[in-house]
Amino acid sequence: MAGAAKPLDVGAIPYEGINEIIGNYKGDSSAIIPILQDIQDLMGYVPKDGISYVAEKLEVSAAKIYGIVTFYAQFRLQPVGKHMIMLCEGTACHVNGAKLISGAITDELDIRGGETTPDGLFTFEKVACIGCCSLSPVMVISGETYAKLTPEATRKILKEYQAKEAAVQN
Amino acid sequence: MEDQGKTVIKVGLSTCGIAAGGTKTYEALEAAIKDNNLDVVLQKTGCIGMCYQEPIVDVVTPDGTLFSYGAVDEEKGRRIVAEHVQGGTPLQDSLIGEERQSVVGGQVRISLRNCGIIDPESLDEYRATGGYQAIEKALKKMTPELVIEEMLKSGLRGRGGAGFPTGMKWRFTRMNKGDQKYIICNADEGDPGAFMDRSIIEGDPHALIEGMMLAGYAIGASQGHVYCRAEYPLAIVRLQKAIEDARAEGILGKNILDSGFDFDLKIKKGAGAFVCGEETALIASLEGERGMPRLKPPFPAEHGLWGKPTSINNVETFANVPWIIANGADKYAAYGTEKSKGTKVFALAGKMNRGGLIEVPMGVTLRDIIFDLGGGVRDNKKFKGVQLGGPSGGCIPESLLDTTVDYDSLNRTGAIMGSGGMIVMDETTCMVDMARYFLDFVQNESCGKCVHCRLGTKRMLEILTRITEGKALPEELDLLEELAYNVKEGALCGLGQTAPNPVLTTLKYFRDEYEAHIHDRRCPAKSCPELLTYTIDMELCNGCRRCAKRCPSEAIIGEKKEPHVIVQEKCIKCGNCVDACKFKAVMVE
Repeated sequence: MAGAAKPLDVGAIPYEGINEIIGNYKGDSSAIIPILQDIQDLMGYVPKDGISYVAEKLEVSAAKIYGIVTFYAQFRLQPVGKHMIMLCEGTACHVNGAKLISGAITDELDIRGGETTPDGLFTFEKVACIGCCSLSPVMVISGETYAKLTPEATRKILKEYQAKEAAVQN
Repeated sequence: MEDQGKTVIKVGLSTCGIAAGGTKTYEALEAAIKDNNLDVVLQKTGCIGMCYQEPIVDVVTPDGTLFSYGAVDEEKGRRIVAEHVQGGTPLQDSLIGEERQSVVGGQVRISLRNCGIIDPESLDEYRATGGYQAIEKALKKMTPELVIEEMLKSGLRGRGGAGFPTGMKWRFTRMNKGDQKYIICNADEGDPGAFMDRSIIEGDPHALIEGMMLAGYAIGASQGHVYCRAEYPLAIVRLQKAIEDARAEGILGKNILDSGFDFDLKIKKGAGAFVCGEETALIASLEGERGMPRLKPPFPAEHGLWGKPTSINNVETFANVPWIIANGADKYAAYGTEKSKGTKVFALAGKMNRGGLIEVPMGVTLRDIIFDLGGGVRDNKKFKGVQLGGPSGGCIPESLLDTTVDYDSLNRTGAIMGSGGMIVMDETTCMVDMARYFLDFVQNESCGKCVHCRLGTKRMLEILTRITEGKALPEELDLLEELAYNVKEGALCGLGQTAPNPVLTTLKYFRDEYEAHIHDRRCPAKSCPELLTYTIDMELCNGCRRCAKRCPSEAIIGEKKEPHVIVQEKCIKCGNCVDACKFKAVMVE
């Protein structure tokens, strides 16, 4: 999943990995979506250069692949931070104050939905329901789910991540 | 089985249990059992539906007595092992058996029959509950026509929302000619607020496989696809394991049970598009295209995946099928009302005391569900409305709480059964904001193919946003209503046709709230920030400066130990000061 993704330098396309992924689907052009999903698992995002490479390999137009990438919410054209924060904006979370949580994240990290912190540590994304409605409001950071959030609890969780990262760097 | 005579400990490890910290509880139990060298069986199970009590731990003693514990953290887990398993004395204050009896005992669990009871990763446990006997019965004793006949007799209607009779869908697909046919499971549960499909796949994946096998046999398909949301990683992992286990046992594959019937399954991960819950869009996505719907007819039963006859059914629908074939259609049809047979799963969430999943016979009232099983509104607040059926559904007010849950009665209110998401709202929820929320959702998810949905929802959202900001003109309310009817009639697919429902129902039942926003520039629920004013009560404020430190716009001024003041021009109405104040001195009007 997205949480496990490592940020890579833009421009460094792992062609070998992409070839292997395409090979797994035997070059089937109807498997474009799973191929792109695997590429995103590998790289954390779908790079633009990767799109033209896949298009060439599958013998379809790059426009078609670009159309698919931009149609589905899951695909990202930009690299992501080390920790992916996914804030649920489902109905139950909305009713139980997801907006306040969103405000706390923005306030604490100075990024809005869809943005990454300049240090590359956090990417903040707002997502549709993740299906934990009775524990709302909910967010997922790097695959770990945090339930029944309050703005206070959210700040505390983010501070813990920041402290852990600072400890690693020292 | 080999575990007989041993104490069994089960930990609820669905997404909800894991989110509540169930994995840590499981590890603590595992360590405690190992450290003390206990001959105890530790198992994972799915969700019993009492999500508000997760992590739930069940202890089943060798004599078969069940002790249910709620909200078990690591510490409590260790105590359960030490005091109950080793010491023989249950932890009285943490037992939730009585509550479980009143919540679970008050239900009729057919599609959820094994959830939270068996280990979802064990094929043997599914078999021990009678699993895979329905497909055996069908393959050995029933013709495909007879299976369809049985489904028609059961009265089962599509549980994904539209409520089309399942048997009829299968009959059409069977009758249409094709060298290859497909069965598809729609597990693209995109409706925010519904999570029964996730829970069924995570808690009882083999029931879905068996249901799809029966459908495949009935329509003459040898290949099935499960289109599952990528947002449900655990469901995908468990289903994949179940498929592999079933293949290894020869349950899936060629010549199943020597009947000549071949059937196999593939999982396809969705990529995050709500519109792919619409069946023609789902097919386009499976074929590797942008998930855009197309005009019907032709229906998928005639022209579906790769142009072949295809039946698309929902997870909950499939989970009912093995039970119906095993127990008989009459037994299923004995539950429910004349036109809505059987049971339905509802996901209870929002301002509800006991959020979770419940399954009840059709025909019970909303009041029964919300107040008896759901335990009523949280924090003793006043019930305002219940949102049914997600972005395609509507808000039902208190005066209609005695409406029975069946397809036709719910449609008459302007809401729909939908997939069964039920979000309870109290006096602090603004109904205009609710309508705006859903419009924002569908507007984002509109695929852009037809003008009514693409532009209509956008214009509606703009009006709703202006209303919540207190900037709308009185005549815009009529325009909003007119737009809503036009989108309903003109949109190409179900997404657009139902998108105006949240607006139309809130206009019908909560028009006074719209009018208060427009005429009085006031939000009765005190929820729309632009219409609120934050002030500090000079009597209650002791000048602790906590609020001033938290204010992102430096709008709070005052000396230490002196009452503070909010500078209205600077206030961005974020509400941080309300959270920060320990003396309830910040007032919101």
